[in-house]
Amino acid sequence: MSAAPDPFNLIITGVGGQGNVLASQILGQALVRQGWVVTVGETYGASQRGGSVMSHLRLSRRKQWSPLIPEGQAHLVVGLEPLESLRVMARYGNPGVLTLTNTRPIHPLDVIAGAAEYPEMDTLLAKLKKLGAGVWTVDATRIALELDNPILSNMAMLGALAGMELAAAPLSREDFAEALGMLLPAKALPANLEAFDQGRASLREI
Amino acid sequence: MSILSLDQPGRQLLYMGNEAIARGAIEAGVRVVASYPGNPSSEITASLAKVAGELGMYVEWSVNEKVAAEVAAGASLAGLRSMTCMKHNGLNVASDFLFALNFTGTKGGMVIVICDDPLALSSTAEQDTRAFAKAADLPLLEPSDFQEGKDMVKAAFRVSEEVGLPVLVHSVTRFSHARGNVTLGEIPQGQPKPHFDTLHPAYPKPVENTHPALHRKLAQAGRALAGEGYNSYSGPERPDLLVLTCGSGVAYMNEALEGLGASNRVGVAKLGLTWPLPEGFLRKTLARCAQVLFFEEIDPFLEDNVKAFCAQEGGDLLNKTFLGKASGAVPSVGENSPDTAVAALGAALGLKPQPPRPADYADEALALVRDLAPVRQLGLCAGCPHRATYWAVKNALALDGREGFVTGDIGCYAQGRGPSGFSQMKTMFAMGSGAGIANGFGQLTRFGAEQPVLAVCGDSTFFHAALPALINARFNGSNLLMLILDNNATAMTGFQPHPGVGITAMGQPAPALDPAEVCRSLGAEVLELDPFEVQKTTETIYDLLQDLDGVKILVLKQECALVRGKRQRLLFKMSLDQERCLGADCGCNRFCTRVFKCPGLIWDPAQGKAAIDEAICTGCGVCATICPQQAIVKEVIS
Repeated sequence: MSAAPDPFNLIITGVGGQGNVLASQILGQALVRQGWVVTVGETYGASQRGGSVMSHLRLSRRKQWSPLIPEGQAHLVVGLEPLESLRVMARYGNPGVLTLTNTRPIHPLDVIAGAAEYPEMDTLLAKLKKLGAGVWTVDATRIALELDNPILSNMAMLGALAGMELAAAPLSREDFAEALGMLLPAKALPANLEAFDQGRASLREI
Repeated sequence: MSILSLDQPGRQLLYMGNEAIARGAIEAGVRVVASYPGNPSSEITASLAKVAGELGMYVEWSVNEKVAAEVAAGASLAGLRSMTCMKHNGLNVASDFLFALNFTGTKGGMVIVICDDPLALSSTAEQDTRAFAKAADLPLLEPSDFQEGKDMVKAAFRVSEEVGLPVLVHSVTRFSHARGNVTLGEIPQGQPKPHFDTLHPAYPKPVENTHPALHRKLAQAGRALAGEGYNSYSGPERPDLLVLTCGSGVAYMNEALEGLGASNRVGVAKLGLTWPLPEGFLRKTLARCAQVLFFEEIDPFLEDNVKAFCAQEGGDLLNKTFLGKASGAVPSVGENSPDTAVAALGAALGLKPQPPRPADYADEALALVRDLAPVRQLGLCAGCPHRATYWAVKNALALDGREGFVTGDIGCYAQGRGPSGFSQMKTMFAMGSGAGIANGFGQLTRFGAEQPVLAVCGDSTFFHAALPALINARFNGSNLLMLILDNNATAMTGFQPHPGVGITAMGQPAPALDPAEVCRSLGAEVLELDPFEVQKTTETIYDLLQDLDGVKILVLKQECALVRGKRQRLLFKMSLDQERCLGADCGCNRFCTRVFKCPGLIWDPAQGKAAIDEAICTGCGVCATICPQQAIVKEVIS
C-alpha cells in the first residue's frame, strides 16, 4: 500500500460474545501509545450475544475523527466470523478494501432452524475477494479451541493482523503485550500471547 | 491497577467516553458515586467501583435510579462531591426526586450524567432527556469529544458547587461507547469532612420565593459555564451557512465539511452548554449568517430553543432561514453520522457530494449480502437459563390451552419476544412493568377473562421495580403467576451486583437478599426450581396455572451461563451421537434445531444430522431432554 489514508478506517466485526470490543480496545490502546490519535466506535448492548457486533476504528496521525465510518469507506475489515466479514461490505465495502477473516462459521438462528442456508466457505471467500483488493484468512477459532478456550480467537485474529504488517495499522508483539497487560489480569497473558503468536504464524493470503 | 486511576498527569491513553467521564469525576475529587446500571451509562460507575478503594471513594450500585440519586444527593448535602449516572429511562425513574432537589439545591458539587441512546441501540425506546434540563431548570452540558468529556465533568463539579445546583452532563451511545485519546490531569488529594448543616434544612419552601431563586441560580450557572470555553465558533468571518451543533454532531459535521471541501464556506458553532442557552454567544454567532442549520440527535432541543430565542430577540434574528428537523434537512428522529451530515450540508449548500463508491459496486455488494448472508437475529446465549424457562412456559401454556401469555420486562429475558424465547413474551414496557401490567390483566377474571397471565422479571429487576407491583397484587388480590428468573446477576448490562448477589459494587461482602424469602414475607405462595429441570418446571407451571387464585410466585434459579463461564466453561460435556440421530429420516422434522434453536446445537448439512458447535456450546444439558432418539448425549465432567 502506498501512503496510508488518514484516517485509516478499520472495522472489526463478528458475533456478540466473540471479544470484538476487547480486540478493538487493545489495538487502539497500543496505537495511542505509539502516538496515534484513535477513535473507536462500538456497537453492543442489545446487539449482545448472538447478534452482529461491529467496532469502527479510525486511525489517524492528526485528529480525533468521529466514531462512525462513512458509507463505503472501510480500508480494512477484520472479521471474527466469515459471514460478518461479508455483511460489512454491503454498507462499508469498496473496491480497495482489504479483508482479514476467520474461517470458522457461527450459524445464525435462521440457519440453525433450517430457514436459511450458510454459504459455502469457498463461495464466501471468493465473493470477498471479488468485492475488495485482497483477502487473508486464519482459522482463529481452531487455534483458540486447541488452546482450550474459544474466546481466544480474537487474540489470534490480532496476531494475524500484526502478521499483515500494514503501515496503517501496525501492531508489534511488544505493543500488543503492553496493551494486554493494561487491560487483563497477569495470569491471562500467556494464553493470549500464545493465541496472538499462532494467529500471526497461521495467516494465509488467498 | 486500572487505567482509570493512573496518577501520571500528561500521559495520553485511549479511554472509553464513559471512562473519560469517570476520570473527570476522579480529577474533580468525587467522593460518592451511586447508580443503577443501564446501557450506555453502566461503565462509568463500574469502572469507578474498581478504583474506589485505592482512591478513597465510595461507589455503590443502588437498587434503582431514584435511590441512587438520593444517595448522591445525601453526600452532596453533607458537602462532598457526588455523582449519579443513568441511562435515559433511569432519569424517568429518578425525576420525581430531581424535581424537588432542584428547589432545595445542593452543597458539595453534584453531577448527574444521563446517557441517551439515539436509535435505541441498547434500549427499548428512544428518548431525548435534554427536555428534563429545561423542565427542571438545571444546567446541561454536552461533551463532543473524549478530552472535552473529561474536562467538562470537572467544570460541572466546580460550577455545581459554586451555584448550589446539580449539573446535568448529557452523553449519547456514540460518546459513552466510543473510545478516543484523553490526556490525564492531576488527581487531587485530601477531602472535606462530611457535615450536614442542620441550620439549613433541605425541604421545600414556598415556591413563590424558591422558583424565582431557582431561575436566578440557573442563570448564574449558565454564566459560569458559558465562561468555560465549551461554546466555540470555527469557520470564516461571514459564512454562507452557519451550523449549530452539539455533542456527537460536532465530529460528524467537521468530518463532512472536510470531505466536501466546504470549510471555507461554512461556519460551525459548537455548543457545549445547551441549557440555559448561552445567549451572548448566540447573539454574536447568529449575526454572522442568515442561513442556519441545526444538527442534533433525536429531538430538536437546540433548534426549538434557539428559534424561540430569536423570536424573543427580534430585529435581525427574525430574518433567518432555519434548516433542521422541522424543515426536513436532518432526520427527525434517531442518530446522526458523517453520512447524515454530508446529506444535510449538501442539500443546504446545493452541492452534489461525490458518491462514496462506484454505484455498480454498491449494487453488487448489497445484492451479494442479500443473497448470501442470512440475517443474524438476536437471541439468548448458548446455555442461557432463560431458554429453558421459556421452553417450559411454552409447553405448559400449550398443555393449559387457554391462550395464557407472558407479560415481560427489561433484561436479557426480553429476548422472550423472539425466536430463542419461542415468542412467548407478549408485552414489554418499563422496569417492573411485567408484574405491573399483569396486575391489571389479573383483575379481569371478574369480567369473564379466561386467559391466565404469567409475568416474568429478572432478579435485579425484581428489586428495582417489580416488588411494589407484587405487593399491589397481594394487596388487591390480582390473579397472576410471577416467574422470577434469578440468574444471580444484572446480566444485560454487564453482570453488576445487586441486592441479591451478596457482594457490593466495591467487592465487599453484603447480605444477599433472597427474592423467594422476600416474596414469602408478602404471604404469597412461593416455589423455587432449577429451570434446567425442564420437565419439572413445565409441570409446576402447568399446575400453578390450574388454580390461579391470587398471586403465585415461582423463582427459577440458575446462574447466568456467562457468569458461570468465567469459572467453568462447560457444565456438562455435550456430544451428538450421529449414529442415533436419524436426521431427515427421523419423524421429528429437525425438532432440536428447527424448534429449540440454541446457537450451540447446529445442523450439519454435510451429514444431514444435528451437531454440537463446540466453540459455542456451554454444556447446560437442556437439549439432551428434547431428542426423541436420545442422540444428544450429556456427560458429567470429572
